[in-house]
Amino acid sequence: MNLPIFEVNEDPGPNFFKLLGSLDHGEPSFLKASQSLGHGLEAVQANEIPHGTTIVAVRFDGGVLIAGDRRATAGNIIADRRIEKVYPADRFSAVGFAGSAGPAMEMVKLFQVQLEHYEKVEGVTLSLEGKANQLAQMIRANLPMAMQGLVVVPLFVGWDKESLKGRIFNYDVTGGRYEEVDYYAIGSGGREAQAYVKFAYRSQLSKQDVIRLALRSLFEAAQEDSATGGPDFMRGVYPIVATVDENGYERASEVQIAEISKEVVDEVAQGGPRQ
Amino acid sequence: MSMPYYVAPEQVMKDRADYARKGIARGRALLGTLYDRGVLICAENPSRSLHKISEIYDRIAFAGVGKYNEFDQLRVAGVRHADTKGYAYSRHDVDARSLANIYAQYLGQVFTHEMKPMEVEILVAELGTNVSESQLYHILYDGTVVDETNYCVLGGDAEAVLGRFGELFRTSWTLEEAIKASVSALAGPERGLSANDLEVAVLAQGNGRRTFKRVSQEELKEIVTVKKE
Repeated sequence: MNLPIFEVNEDPGPNFFKLLGSLDHGEPSFLKASQSLGHGLEAVQANEIPHGTTIVAVRFDGGVLIAGDRRATAGNIIADRRIEKVYPADRFSAVGFAGSAGPAMEMVKLFQVQLEHYEKVEGVTLSLEGKANQLAQMIRANLPMAMQGLVVVPLFVGWDKESLKGRIFNYDVTGGRYEEVDYYAIGSGGREAQAYVKFAYRSQLSKQDVIRLALRSLFEAAQEDSATGGPDFMRGVYPIVATVDENGYERASEVQIAEISKEVVDEVAQGGPRQ
Repeated sequence: MSMPYYVAPEQVMKDRADYARKGIARGRALLGTLYDRGVLICAENPSRSLHKISEIYDRIAFAGVGKYNEFDQLRVAGVRHADTKGYAYSRHDVDARSLANIYAQYLGQVFTHEMKPMEVEILVAELGTNVSESQLYHILYDGTVVDETNYCVLGGDAEAVLGRFGELFRTSWTLEEAIKASVSALAGPERGLSANDLEVAVLAQGNGRRTFKRVSQEELKEIVTVKKE
């Protein structure tokens, strides 16, 4: 490797994707991969590739929560019971994804590097709006692959240091970016999860309450959707729950999630619907 | 037909080295040292936005003296190198030694082949798993790399600062002690430096994955003002 120094008019600036493109010496480039991989994918059945499922995001008093179950499916097979679909994007934002797990994880990794790279090169962090737009561009670049069945749909949340509130961004496969007000859910169990959140949501929920709400909504999704995994007490695998507030990204501890999951299940068993 | 003048290679190299050294000597000094929980870099820099010290990667920091645009170009190239390497392989595979080597290659190349050498001296610091295993690579304008132990000084009047700092240095001292000593070594006997004249950053254990942290003006004021009383 030599030092990546560019002529002034060819400098990629703080853009990491552009940098990968200009270096052109064999590093895996997401954008290039998406162009070259698109064709010939007909041979691979979409149901042979692991898919991640339900992600839910809810705003609370002083922040925003994002949570995801741990199951990946390939057709009717459970491909992974411990997949992680919620990641920190940087110190003040987080991303969760539904869709093809491979491209999605690559996209998340590239997104994380892109945000950090911008911050280091420019000496300042991108605004939340800027981060959300960057992600939209990545989804748009993935469109050829999405057309072949490798759809990636993220849910992006973050703490906006300008308006001092948590914000939620939802995307479509073409890179369309839509801001949600208080909550949103994506993935195959997203409808169920969102239906529960819609029913139980109150404004100005505390962090503790919103974690419980999110776990219950994922539990409800897992009841109805075979591609969403519920809390797995036998293996000790629980949904991932993270919050972003003025102190930044924080992933809730496994012990806390296990405890609340147990309470949620008990609550349902004692008086909830058993259909 | 005009004949080019012959100039002895010794003379060419000497002229270039003098040129680079003069440029570097015009700027203020910068100091890097180890303390009990990490690596401290302390620079005399009145600007709040044009940094001499910056983050390269999780455990790697960069500091430069001399011509701002030249060392900033090196800084950005270092970030690019580290981020692409970490992306292609793994975050653990990014290390200061290989970065110092490619900086040295580049500076050496420019020094011998270009019209003008770069008027910079840079420091590439890496926080070790144990603080005592931390690395300080001091790279000169001609590509010379020096692997410094415990502390190093770059920039104008470096020898005098190094002499003063050498007398104060103790292993495993605290951040506050290290900052006080650095400020007094940078200032010398005849001047005083206030927090506003300084840029200070650390690679510190306990900061999570990204160990680089700037010491804020408020924290700095507290440490530097106490010293004067």
